[in-house]
This record gives sequence, C-alpha cells and structure tokens, in this order.
Amino acid sequence: MATIKVNGVDRQFDGDPDTPLLWFVRDQLDLTGTKYGCGTGLCGACTVHLDDVAVRGCLATVADADGKTVTTIEGLSETGDHPVQVAWRDQNVPQCGFCQAGQIMQAASLLSANPNPSEQEILDEMQGNICRCGCYQRIVTAVRQASTGA
Amino acid sequence: MLHLFNKTIASPLPSAGRAVIENVSRRSFLKGTTGFVVALQLVPFDTAKAFDSYPTNGLNMPHGVVNDPHIFVAIDPDGTVTIVAHRSEMGTGSRTSLPMIIADEMEADWDKVKIVQAPGDEPKYGNQDTDGSRSLRHHIQPAREIGAAVRRMLEQAAADQWGVTIDEVEANGHQVVHKTLGDRIGYGELAEAAMALPTPARDDLDFKDESEFRYIGKGKVQITDLHDITTGKAIYGADVKLPGMLYAVVARPPVVGGTVKSVDDSAALAVPGVQRVEMIPGTSLGAKFKPKGGVAVIADSTWAAINGRNALEIEWDDGPHGSFNTADYRKELSASANAPGKSVRSQGDTEDALKNAARVLSYEYYQPHLAHSPMEPPAAVANAADGKCEVWAPVQSPYGTRVDVADYLGMDEKNVTINVTLLGGGFGRKSKCDFAIETAFLSKQVGAPVKVQWTREDDIQHSFYHTSSVEKIDVGLDENDKVIAWRHRSAAPSFLSTFVPDEGFEHEIEVGMGLENLPYEIDNISADQCKAMAHTRVGWYRSVSNIPRAFAVQSATAEVAHELGRDQKEFLLEMIGSPRILDWEAAGLPQKFWNQYEPYEEFPFDTGRLSNVIELAAEKSGWGKSLPAGEGLGIAGHRSFVSYIAMAVHAKVDDDGTVHVPRVDVAIDCGFVANPERVRSQMQGACVFGMTAAMHSGVTFENGRVLESNFHDYEMVRADNFPEAVHTHIVPHPFSVHATGVGEPGVPPFLPALANAIFNATGKRIRDLPVGDQLRT
Repeated sequence: MATIKVNGVDRQFDGDPDTPLLWFVRDQLDLTGTKYGCGTGLCGACTVHLDDVAVRGCLATVADADGKTVTTIEGLSETGDHPVQVAWRDQNVPQCGFCQAGQIMQAASLLSANPNPSEQEILDEMQGNICRCGCYQRIVTAVRQASTGA
Repeated sequence: MLHLFNKTIASPLPSAGRAVIENVSRRSFLKGTTGFVVALQLVPFDTAKAFDSYPTNGLNMPHGVVNDPHIFVAIDPDGTVTIVAHRSEMGTGSRTSLPMIIADEMEADWDKVKIVQAPGDEPKYGNQDTDGSRSLRHHIQPAREIGAAVRRMLEQAAADQWGVTIDEVEANGHQVVHKTLGDRIGYGELAEAAMALPTPARDDLDFKDESEFRYIGKGKVQITDLHDITTGKAIYGADVKLPGMLYAVVARPPVVGGTVKSVDDSAALAVPGVQRVEMIPGTSLGAKFKPKGGVAVIADSTWAAINGRNALEIEWDDGPHGSFNTADYRKELSASANAPGKSVRSQGDTEDALKNAARVLSYEYYQPHLAHSPMEPPAAVANAADGKCEVWAPVQSPYGTRVDVADYLGMDEKNVTINVTLLGGGFGRKSKCDFAIETAFLSKQVGAPVKVQWTREDDIQHSFYHTSSVEKIDVGLDENDKVIAWRHRSAAPSFLSTFVPDEGFEHEIEVGMGLENLPYEIDNISADQCKAMAHTRVGWYRSVSNIPRAFAVQSATAEVAHELGRDQKEFLLEMIGSPRILDWEAAGLPQKFWNQYEPYEEFPFDTGRLSNVIELAAEKSGWGKSLPAGEGLGIAGHRSFVSYIAMAVHAKVDDDGTVHVPRVDVAIDCGFVANPERVRSQMQGACVFGMTAAMHSGVTFENGRVLESNFHDYEMVRADNFPEAVHTHIVPHPFSVHATGVGEPGVPPFLPALANAIFNATGKRIRDLPVGDQLRT
C-alpha cells in the first residue's frame, strides 16, 4: 500500500507499485490534466512535481512516490493564477493545448529552483517538452515573463 | 484536410428541433427543446449596409452551410449568450474565431459569451468536416449572417416592447438602445421575445461596417479554452470517464492487411486487472477508415491493458504488403518519375522544347512517408448499449465519424451520437476515425463503456501516412539562358488507395496541389503524374501534396538561379512573371485548375499576390544583406488552400552540421483576416511543423513494418532548436477580399525556403528529405 499526498490530499493505492504516476493520477484519481504523450519520458506531456521537482509521470512510479508529495497541474495553484499560468495566458501560448500542462509544470519547477534563468537555461530546461503545434516561441517568452514579470 | 467526392450538393435541411447543447467538456448531455428552424441559402443581394455575398465551396460540401441563428445562438434571461461551435478545435482557434465573429456582428459582449461544442450532426449544423483549412473560409459569411440576424431579432423585440419602429433603435454593447430617447434594454431581458421571432430574411439584415467591429480583425480575444488549458481542466479524447468504463489497448497487425495467424492470450489474461481479450476483424487497403483489426486487451486500467498487451503472443500473417521496403520503394518511385506518366498539364510543346534546348537542368527530390504524430495520440471513449452508441472522441469530422461508426456497428445513424472533445492536435490524422470505430466496436462486444488508448508506438506505426514521393524536374534553357521549358513528373502513392482499389494514380486534389498549377510564365510547361502503388495506408497530413511539390519547385527554382548566377528572389519573381490571373485553358489543362474546390472566378490564382508576398518576405528579411560564413537566407513562395504565403528563412549551420533557424519572415495574403492573433500563432506553428518535417521526419518500412516507434527515432523539433523568431507580416485586406486558408498553407514554403537557406549557408543542396545527418561532419 502506497500513500502519496497528491495536491495536498493523502491518497492510497494498493495496486501494482510499478504503476506510473501518470496512470495513477489519471485513471485512479481522475486528474486528467496530466497527459499521456509517449510513455517513455520523451515528450514531457505527463510532467508533474514530485516533492516540488518536475518529473515525468510516465517514468516515476507509485512506489517512487510513496510517502512523498505529488503536485499535478490541477494543484499548481488553487486559483489557477500561478505566475506561470498567468504568463501563459498573457502570451496566448497554446494552440491545441494538449502539451501545455506539462510545459507549465516544467516551467514552474524551473522557476522555483532558479527564479531568474538565463535564455539558455530556459531552452535547456524546456527542451524535454515537445509541442507539436509549435508554440515554443511563446513558451520561451512566457517563461521569461513569469520569471521577470516582463 | 479534404473531403473526397463532395460533389453532392446538399441543402441545409430543416431540422425537428432546436437544441440547447451544453459543453461536452463538462460531460453533460444534449437536450432538445422545441422550436423551429429555417435554413437559409446564401443569395447575392444589395443593401447599403451589407457585405457582398460570394459563393464558396462551402455550399457544395455535404450538408452545405447553415446560417440559422436559432441553431447557433441561444440567450439566457441573465444575458448569457451561448454560441455553438460546430467545427472541431485542434489548435487553429476556429472554436473561438467563428463564435467571435457571431458575437461581434450581434453586438454581444464577449465576456458574456459561452461557447458549446456541437455533436456530429451535419443535417442540423451544416458541414463539420474540419480540414482543408476551410473553417473561416467557408463559415465567415454565415457567421456574420447569424450574428446580424440575432442583432435584428433583438432590435425588433425591443422595438415591439417600446411600440416603436425598428429604425428607432439600435443594438449596442449587449443591449438595445432607443436612438433618441436613450432607453435601454439588456439582451437578457429581450432574449425570450427575440428568440421567438422568425429568422429575418437575408435581405433585411444590416451588417456592421468594418470600422464598427469590436473583435473581428483586432486579435484581442483570447481562445475560449485558454483558462481550462492552463489549469488542466480542458477535456481531450482520453479525458472522458464513464461509470463502469473499461480500458483497452489494441495489438494491431504490423503490416497493413495482415491478420492474426494465432494468438496465445494466457499470459495477458494473467496480468492483474486484465479482464478479457477481444478480436477486432482485419481489413486491408481500400477499407476507408475501418480499423486495421487485431487483438484488444481490456482491463480495469490503462496500465493493466498495456501490460496485458505486452504479454500477448501473436503470430501474424503479413499478407501481400509484407515485402514493402522503403529503400526499394524509393528506387521504384524514382524509376517511375524518370519516365513519362499520365499527363495532367501540357502547355506548348515541352518535349520538343527540351529536345531543342541549349541545355537541360535536371533535379530529383524525395520525401518519405510521414506520420502526423499529434501530441494527443488517438483515443476515444464509447458506450454501446441498448442498440445505441455514444462516442466521445477528438475527431476532425464528427458527422463522418457518426456515419462510419453506425455503418460498422450495423446501427441506424440516428442511434449514434458523436460528442467532440478538444483535439490534442489533428494535422489530418484525426480525420480518420478508425480509433473511434474500434472503441465503439469494443464497447459493443464487451457490453460496457470502453476507452481505447493508442500508445505513441501505435500512433507512429499504424497511421494513415503522408504520401512519399519522387519529384523530377527538368528545366530547358535556350542559348541565352532563358527558361523555355519546365517538365515536372511526380510519382507519389495516392490517398485514393485508402478508399478504392488502387490504380496507382492520384486524385485531382493531389494533382491540384502544386503539380498542375505551376504559376510560371514559361512557354512550355508539362506535368505528369507517374504511377505509384500504395503499400501502406496513405492519408492526408497537414498541407498534403503541397509539401513535396513546393519543396521540389521552389528548390529547383533556386537551383536554376544559382546555376545561372542569378539572385534567387529576383529569378523566382521573373519565373512568376507578370501579374495575371492564371488561365487554365492557356495553361493546357483540360478543365479548370483544381482550386481547393473553390469557384475559380471568386478565388482565382493571382500571380501578382504571389509575387507580392515574396517581395514582402524578402524585404522584411533584409534580403541581399551580407551574412557571416555558415549563414544564409533562403526564400520560397507557394499558393495553397487559396492563400499566398512566402517565407524568408535565415539558417545558421554550425561546423558540425547542426542547423539553426534564428529568424523567419512570413508574408501571408489570406484575404480578410478575422483573427490576426491566431494567424500569427498558426504561422509560428507552421514553421516548427515545417522544420520538423524538413529536418527529422521519415517513416521507414522494412518488410511492411514501420521501424520508427517513438520520439527517440521519430524526432520532433524541440525548444532547444526551433525557428526562434517568426515574424508574420499579414497583407491587410477589407472583407471584400475573400478570407482563405490559414491552418495548412504555412507549411509548404518553409521546407524549400530552409533548403535554399542551407544551400546559401553551406553550398550543400538538400534534395532528399529529411535533412537528418546529411550535413553532419
């Protein structure tokens, strides 16, 4: 039996401990903001925070998260007004929107560890998150806005 | 991207009831209320405050266009305006832009507008097939008509209430005002009376002057799903959950047309959570969107279903396409394209001119099959019970899906409901509803709601692939280096093979995408399509055949320019020649150019507009400026989806061969622009999509099987190397210049512009796509 605090609530899971967090939050907890995109850590659509650090939900397992804290896009901010979310809206970043929860979680993790990343640090941090629609230009601008306020 | 065989002219049909639709993404239901419907056809008319109506192919699409306000707009007593979005949203923004046009024309306050998504019901809403870059092109006029009609109904209701004539009142900012007395009534108060009025005649409608637009053309309205997307609440195909729902993944035959020889499912059934294993009947080429078939593992979670599938032991019979190999196929295409084919254009006497030319320059270009790979792999939820089936799916053609699901299940169409979720990218993949059919079938088999999740491997290995092609271009020059002949031969398997027995030749749609309509002012032009049999499911992919055709033509043009020591932009403009409307008869075509099915008189090929965007992109890029070693500018222009787009791409190639694109200048002439903000986002996206196709994309078949499987070997452009600064320059036009396509036409010019830039940076000419490791040192 694993106990994981997800978005502030203790959740228990007695199924396969190798179940990826992605499927645990989606199928068991109905937190569908976290998306499946590749299942192999190559696209970042499933990015969640494990003890405040961005991880790929398709690679991190329930066992890895046992006793720890998981934050999904639904729990990033109670009001949906995390600076990264606000910047995303100001910059009209999304097209189809599918990858954006993962992008936002990655960016939020970056800024919590490094509030003023350089341009190169932004690119390096965000390169693991694919956007097939091609919103990168706005993603980078939005991360910069969330970091500097401008 | 396209609707085949859309020649049937269907009038919008009167429907039995007005529906109030709540958002599928809120997992609610469709509930009918009484009302009536009068469907209008567009007719030319002439009043002072009108826009000049013009015919589009929207009228000829199955079920045409519907402009009845009672179908699309509802107003609550509290003033909330509910507008139906009937086109699928896959990232282009049409779910926002069309309702925004309605809201503006009806003088609604956008903050009080709620958008709901229509289910698949074309007899009611008109055509819903969201591809071909036609949502705005076909629906901008009906959207304005709907808005103007509602505004008139609101004004009439206020006039009735005040006992005055309609001329004495006007709608303004979500209320109707008495022009002289200043009395005001809000839309909410007027709603019941207004919406009970019959639909005004088209001739009685007053339209806003363009200077009066609040939202149209401003680019200030954010996409309606923005908040939900950024908070994880937006609902896509896999996000729907029904009580008692089971989860399925499917092992599909690795070779198209393959069948299951034997299956051992004992290990799969032993996986905890796996409940059962079901067979899906197989199909081969020509089965339209019917599933490939295979073995489905059904479980109580996605993870269990995936593990169950991994534990299946299946022996496949590969069938007739088990020897399909990309390397051999390329040789086959090349041989075919290097011999005469079926003529699709013959202007002058190209063969004679080439024979007598002082010299002939020949170039051959290649593109392999490609997979769309939207970030959301196919997924759907279905509940088939009691002779009915309800589906939730991210589909581009919801009504087509309804017809196909009904057909596959042997149900009457009226017993099938298709709820449209947001699409996590489409790019043409989700025009093909095989995944929704599979889901409906499995739900019927197991007697419970089912979700089918495609893995990324499934997506890449079981797609409907973009055509592969060899494009052969021979250019004849006279002794003065004047271009006297241009021969284009193309060998590319057709998506027709997905629908009917394959004859190895293309549909007119594919021929019309840059093969038959070379806009060059040259005396002798010929185009042939050369036989190419399909060995996999071929389907349209964003921009379709325009991609290889623009790549070949615009690369070859730059190659000839280089050979002649000419400036590539000047030479391209010289080839296009004088500003003129292309004349299909003079061009040696037996019938009009295929023109995205748009009436040629309304949407002619105007070479002046093409030259103009090339000049504009060049000017904005600083064309002609000197660049450091290893950097180059490349340019290309192409008309597709009735829009004219040119791109000047700045490439920087590192010593190790890594290609960077620091800047792109995009010039786009797509007629009147309703939502410039989304046009810019589409152009940014088109550059990224084009860069992925140019640099990385290629699906490789070996023994009929796709070798690539996920993003490690089917790579995407990422945030560490993408077109960094895309500057979009929109040619401004009034509404009278018809709105044309935006979602697709940005992709084709990017690839040749990049290839030309790489050449100018390095001297290395890319003729085979993708670039891959060709520049690696």
